[in-house]
Amino acid sequence: MSRTRTPVVAGWFAGDGDDFRLLGTRCRACASVFFPREEFHCRNPGCPGGGDLDEVPLSRRGRVWSFTDSRYRPPSPYVTDPELPWEPCTLIAVELKAERMVVLGQAAPGVTVADLTVGMEVEAVPGVLHEDAETIWTTWKWRPTGVTV
Amino acid sequence: MAADGGDGVSGEVAVLGVGMHPWGKWGRGFVEYGVAAARAALADAGLEWREIGSVVGADTVRGGYPGYVSGATFAKALGWQGARVTSVYAACASGAQAVNTARGQILSGLADVVLVVGADAAPKGFFRPAGGDRPDDPDWLRFRILGATNPTYFGLYARRRMAVHGDTLEDFAQVKVKNSALGTLNPYARYRKSVTAEEVAASAVVADPLRLLDICATSDGGAAVVLSSMGFARRHGAVDPVRIRAVSTVTPRYPTTVPDLPDIATDSAVAAEPAAATFRASIARAAYEEAGIGPEDLALAEVYDLSTALELQWYEDLGLCGEGEGAKLLRDGTTALGGRIPVNTSGGLASFGEAVPAQAIAQVCEVTWQLRGAAGDRQVERARVGITANQGLFGHGSAVIAVR
Ligand SMILES: [Zn+2]
Repeated sequence: MSRTRTPVVAGWFAGDGDDFRLLGTRCRACASVFFPREEFHCRNPGCPGGGDLDEVPLSRRGRVWSFTDSRYRPPSPYVTDPELPWEPCTLIAVELKAERMVVLGQAAPGVTVADLTVGMEVEAVPGVLHEDAETIWTTWKWRPTGVTV
Repeated sequence: MAADGGDGVSGEVAVLGVGMHPWGKWGRGFVEYGVAAARAALADAGLEWREIGSVVGADTVRGGYPGYVSGATFAKALGWQGARVTSVYAACASGAQAVNTARGQILSGLADVVLVVGADAAPKGFFRPAGGDRPDDPDWLRFRILGATNPTYFGLYARRRMAVHGDTLEDFAQVKVKNSALGTLNPYARYRKSVTAEEVAASAVVADPLRLLDICATSDGGAAVVLSSMGFARRHGAVDPVRIRAVSTVTPRYPTTVPDLPDIATDSAVAAEPAAATFRASIARAAYEEAGIGPEDLALAEVYDLSTALELQWYEDLGLCGEGEGAKLLRDGTTALGGRIPVNTSGGLASFGEAVPAQAIAQVCEVTWQLRGAAGDRQVERARVGITANQGLFGHGSAVIAVR
């Protein structure tokens, strides 16, 4: 029996390979972009109002705003296998120029803080958060451009 | 200035009493710490519990139902006496919100003398979200998707400072050295041992570039203040009490530009220009405006040093120096005891560890002792004006300005 691939949160990203994109929403009235997506109300207090929110893919590439890592196992609801030793997990905050916003994400497997500098270009790629008997839980990861993992 | 035009017009309330239960990891319930702090504050004020017209509790989310109704929990434990009751929650800013609620009741004439209490019994290890699947809760999401603990956000801010302002790991370590030295002088601090820069550098990395001794622990503790109208203070014989002149409880302005706990992203600035001041800077600005003073008037500041690097950020956000100049202020001793503007004379969170709902009240306790000239070996000379500052999850700013 093959396992299903399920996004850790529905509707936050889509696509494979070079077509992979984070998905936000954009207000038809004021063009404000939201990630995580707002579905019902624009949060811009200067918005004239009345605009629906449409799904919009975010820029695939951005620049490292900052980065860090988790040297200790995070508590639940983060899922880890307590049988396995904890491997530090790198986190990157990425500035998207077109959207003028910063989006956090885990780094692609194998990317450590030693590989990163503030201002470096990274791109959103599909990744796996964790797996269990029935499901491969998918997510987004940030990976320095030009790096093959 | 003080009471001109009567109690309501002055906008000031008197701090009649302050009290704390020592911070630590005592393994008992939060009610016990809160009651001990409340009794200490009442004794300090020279008041009987029965004379209190209103009690305001700063809630804890870690004490079950009694923690969500902390005002009533403390009132019952002290012995029901019919006082008006309020319970407030604003994450790390809960204590300051409780102070502000009490102040509002006094200035509006609803109460003459109010007891404010906050206490916490902290869990071991990282703070974690409440249980259950809640994909619409940003706090749940950041743990579920990213495993992003509080220290990882502190790590992001610290690394950003290093890249943009040239702060060094040595600068961060020196914040710990300064605060731990002050903590040795404070009987209520949990950690009362001097720490060297070498010890910071030798401690384990928790969230790069921050190490264990750069990041504040979680603690048990309790703090309380008794506030009153200026008229009540006069009738009670308090001739020259410490007075709270401003309490800032501002929210951010859209769009945010710094990824704040517990968010996974900032707002987008594509359709609205960000305000000139960041959220943290706007917290202090609102307090200065309300108090009619500026950073140059301060004798001391108590800031929320969740991490060593964050203390340097507060220097800039309080306007003690320009942007990017925080580390310089530390290096030249300006923020040490004896410097122009000592910061965290209490020893700060570095020496206390965070007892969430009590911490912002504890900041007010320290400023009160300083303004009374009762801070012992930690005393700042001729202290007349002090500020506290803090930022709670989910957009809660707080700052209190006290004068004497
Ligand atoms: Zn809009």
